[in-house]
Amino acid sequence: MTTAPRDVESLKQLVLGRKDVQDLTDTEQELPPDLMTVNMGPSHPAMHGTVRIVLTVDGERIVKGDVQPGYLHRCFEKESEYATYTQVFPYTDRLNYVSPMINNCGWAMAVEKLMGLTARIPRRAEYIRTIVSEMSRVTDHLTCIGASAMELGAFTAFLYFLKSREWLYELLEKVSGARLTHSYVRVGGVVKDLPDGFDKDLTHTLDSIEKVMVEVEGMLNNNKIFHDRMAGVGAMTKEQALATGCVGPIARACGVDYDVRKDYPYSVYPEVEFDVPVATTGDCYDRYLVRVEEIKQSIRILRQCLKQIPDGPTMVDDPRVALPPKRDTYNTIESMIRHFKHIVDGIKVPAGEAYTFVEGGNGELGFYVVADGTGRPYKAYVRSPSFVHLSTANQLIHNHLIADVVPIFGMINMIGGECDK
Amino acid sequence: MSQKVLDALKASHASAIERTESEHGDEIAWVKRDQLLAVATWLRDDPAMAFDSPVFCTAIDRLDWRPLGVPPSQHFKDENLRFEVCYQLRSSRHRYRVRLKVTVPEHDPRCPSLASLWPAFDWQERETFDMYGIRFEGHPDLRRIFLYEEFVGYPLRKDYPKEKRQPLVRRDDLPIASKTPTSERTEIAAGDSGDEETP
Repeated sequence: MTTAPRDVESLKQLVLGRKDVQDLTDTEQELPPDLMTVNMGPSHPAMHGTVRIVLTVDGERIVKGDVQPGYLHRCFEKESEYATYTQVFPYTDRLNYVSPMINNCGWAMAVEKLMGLTARIPRRAEYIRTIVSEMSRVTDHLTCIGASAMELGAFTAFLYFLKSREWLYELLEKVSGARLTHSYVRVGGVVKDLPDGFDKDLTHTLDSIEKVMVEVEGMLNNNKIFHDRMAGVGAMTKEQALATGCVGPIARACGVDYDVRKDYPYSVYPEVEFDVPVATTGDCYDRYLVRVEEIKQSIRILRQCLKQIPDGPTMVDDPRVALPPKRDTYNTIESMIRHFKHIVDGIKVPAGEAYTFVEGGNGELGFYVVADGTGRPYKAYVRSPSFVHLSTANQLIHNHLIADVVPIFGMINMIGGECDK
Repeated sequence: MSQKVLDALKASHASAIERTESEHGDEIAWVKRDQLLAVATWLRDDPAMAFDSPVFCTAIDRLDWRPLGVPPSQHFKDENLRFEVCYQLRSSRHRYRVRLKVTVPEHDPRCPSLASLWPAFDWQERETFDMYGIRFEGHPDLRRIFLYEEFVGYPLRKDYPKEKRQPLVRRDDLPIASKTPTSERTEIAAGDSGDEETP
């Protein structure tokens, strides 16, 4: 039996895989003075979306960050050039997959602008588009806040918000037939009317969400941990936000009073009353507060829309964009040919180019479309807010701790599909 | 909507503006390539313009431009006009929006970079370079952004086949070491090549 101290030490090393801290000499215990390069991502549990950051760190402090997107690049623009204008809708669903309805609306509006149809969209279709867009905005913000809170340890808030997001997804599924990738909007209107009893369901859901909001705000707003992790982290000035092209909740948290729905009103937004929340400091906590307030404003818009929505058609009466009724398609040769040409050749959009933008969940979501008169876009560029916002991340994480990367990325709300196109 | 901007541009930079047009409510100014930086700087700094916020930057490849209903004389012929680089700008003070366009020839795909004026164009120009192969002169860090460095060609050019597949294969001819900002990739690259030489 030899239990020499050396054996205990080697046994410790065997178990720990390294020397025990107490056994280290003073010089060994010191951290290396040189900078270290660490990979964060592309698949990291604390960051939603696939993005890789090459961090150069001095201890825990980030000296330089190099954010590298592109792991979810699916060639949206190249695929769109080979798809008919209607076939692009499913692709737009997969851009910002947390609020696909807004992408649908943005694409439809871009094509309508090129065709000169913008003023001719039926009122009811415009109202339906606004309703589904605002529902999508709520789901977007709920996901953003819920996921960020979870990454900071507040798991309850995440579950509560995902629960209420699921109520909205269920409603959107009733409307469009799909839970996540709706493809509900069409050029010239929407694909079908709202289901029966939709307003009752939505009112009930909105009431429930408001209750959840009260609960979650009570958990988060004055929560010491949440506040300490968010306040003063990743702050940006107003000038920086403008020069880096930031829009949406991030810019509004810095004091930029810009909301496409107010500044360049589209659809029926001029007819509803709502406020644009603007904060001052531009840190993560303000971004959180702005998003919370935007959820409340969206609920306000939804309530007004439900009251004001008129009856009528949901598709513009224009044979260039509207499919013939199913009954005619099956019974008359003219309608069948029209239906066939519409599906196979696509909507003929006159040659030209236009940039159309809507207020997406993350800010100005724009589609720059160049048409050449055929049924397929010559070029379809998407101005994705996530991509622009992510480009500021290099500066935002500079000089912060590695742990601060998590709330900063959470509040930038990078959606991989939208950022990487 | 922003016709004033086009008028002001024509008045102050008559020699730099090739032509202007308005389409579907969007104002477009065609700027000579060598004067883009001067025009953009003026648009940013002049208080009557104050274009403080960039919107997007992209390019159009006109190689297949044969639009229906347009006489063949206006189809793509001149390879000097193959690419158009578009910069969309926004003025938050005056609510102006304007699109600057620069024609870039096929054999010399260069364009001045505006990343020094608006930091947002840093990544946007990298994306345009990645997709169209336009070289932005004066850009601080012109690397591919979505695709990997080993990728050959520029996928959004009209002569890049849509069905083409490119598996990621390591290429040793790339100057990875000089381009990447971090030391980590340099070490890996150096270590790899060292391993190959030994056997």
